[in-house]
Amino acid sequence: MLLEIKNLYVKYGNIEALHGISFTVDKGEIVTLIGSNGAGKTTTLHAITRVPPPEGSKVSGGDILYDGKSILNVSAHSIVADYHIALAPEGRHIFGNLTVEENLKLATYSRKDDAARKKDYERVYDLFPKMAERRYQRSETLSGGEQQMLSVSRAIMTACDFILLDEPSMGLSPLLMYDMFRVLKKLNEEGMTILLIEQNANLALKFAHRGYVLDTGEIVARGSAKDLLNNPDVKKAYLGG
Amino acid sequence: MFDSIFQNLFNALQWGSFYSLIALGYTLVYGVLRLINFAHGDIFMVGAYIAFFLSIFFFKGDLALSGSTTLVLVIPLTMILTSICGVTLERIAYRPLRRKGANRLYVVITALMCGLILENGNLAFLGASRKSFPELIDKVVYQFGPISMTNLKIGVVLSSIIVFFILNAFITKTKIGMAMRAISYDKFAIPLMGIPIDTIIVVTFVLGSSLAGLAGILFAMSYPVLDPFMGALIGWKAFIAAVVGGIGDIKGAFVGGFLLGIVEIMAVAVFPSTFRDLIAFSILLMILVVKPTGLFGIAKSTKI
Repeated sequence: MLLEIKNLYVKYGNIEALHGISFTVDKGEIVTLIGSNGAGKTTTLHAITRVPPPEGSKVSGGDILYDGKSILNVSAHSIVADYHIALAPEGRHIFGNLTVEENLKLATYSRKDDAARKKDYERVYDLFPKMAERRYQRSETLSGGEQQMLSVSRAIMTACDFILLDEPSMGLSPLLMYDMFRVLKKLNEEGMTILLIEQNANLALKFAHRGYVLDTGEIVARGSAKDLLNNPDVKKAYLGG
Repeated sequence: MFDSIFQNLFNALQWGSFYSLIALGYTLVYGVLRLINFAHGDIFMVGAYIAFFLSIFFFKGDLALSGSTTLVLVIPLTMILTSICGVTLERIAYRPLRRKGANRLYVVITALMCGLILENGNLAFLGASRKSFPELIDKVVYQFGPISMTNLKIGVVLSSIIVFFILNAFITKTKIGMAMRAISYDKFAIPLMGIPIDTIIVVTFVLGSSLAGLAGILFAMSYPVLDPFMGALIGWKAFIAAVVGGIGDIKGAFVGGFLLGIVEIMAVAVFPSTFRDLIAFSILLMILVVKPTGLFGIAKSTKI
């Protein structure tokens, strides 16, 4: 098991957001967490990436194991630099005052592997030709969809082998959304492990291997993506009948 | 008439250099932490005192080095020691508050208190008597037509310009400089790039404080009387210069510093000297009323 969430409790101040959830992600898998707004999906990703307060929250119980080791005491930057787990956060959080290329360059901050780094630029520009086109443009001038691509590109540039995606389809036109998921599929085929959060449960379950349904801080259903797609409760609550 | 304008303009450049060097420190820290480091003017004072003690040690002490050798040693040492002072403030005062998620107001008040502690600590331990800075280099006066320039003034102006270009290259070209710019836009995403925020913050304080240290040396050489409160007013003025230039932007701080120098000197050239600050600040106020973000400031836009 690559990632194992064990009975995880998370609090924001005095409010408990996760009430002891457990799930796993295997190497090479695409796993999705679905659930409505406020179910605790983003909270889970922030706990894994150790985002510090005030944006982040406090783990009050349970454990997060990566490759068998607890990462609860690892700092946020080390999760990326040493554990190679990257997050493409909700709302993109690109550096709008930097150019596209500078955004990508910054993501390589802790990398020392010069040759591989050069290849990764080509890889990103190949996966997202728009990024090559917009390379020298201030990134706040990009369209919403392009900013989303940049956010994912940046995650790739950190040399991650595990990527956490928080609502990558948000704000994308259906065509761009299709493009984005095609790229993500390709990344997965090249060996990237993916944990995906999506409001669009239909899309997420068609794309993922396995899924978990999160409801107000608890996991209420789990199974292969196909089973979840056919689960009558899931259908009713998240797939629009 | 024109002669005196050019002469005044040159003097203005010297004062502008002091303001600019200090304003850069305000703007760097503000850009990265959104913190107005009100202790920064006093860091400048600390720099001047460090330069003073080092100069006495090398120049007047048993070593009795030559003035120019002393200067060559004092400049880097003062910059290093002053930056240690700045980083210490960040470590013992600002960082603990940041860790606890304290409201920005409390951090600003803490900064004000740190400044007062530096001033009064100096007063308590070194006494109220003023220190006079030794003359390290012989004054040479160059006459360019009607304008007379001293080697020291030329050195001050050149230093600030050179330092600005080095700093600008650092901010735009290096990854740490990029991270400093990026933090001002989105702090949340910095650790997600594998970047330790605290390292970037420490570098910011090192840069800002060492520039204040440099300003301290240059100022002490130009106006060789030091007292514990020398950093207060000049610090406020540099802060205002940074705001008028557009705080958070180093070009703004640099230009703002020179602008303040020019406005002040021109005010004195026309009006009695007691009018200097009144007129200078009124003009700056008008600039801010017309452009509240400062000359180089831009309002941040986000796309939904």
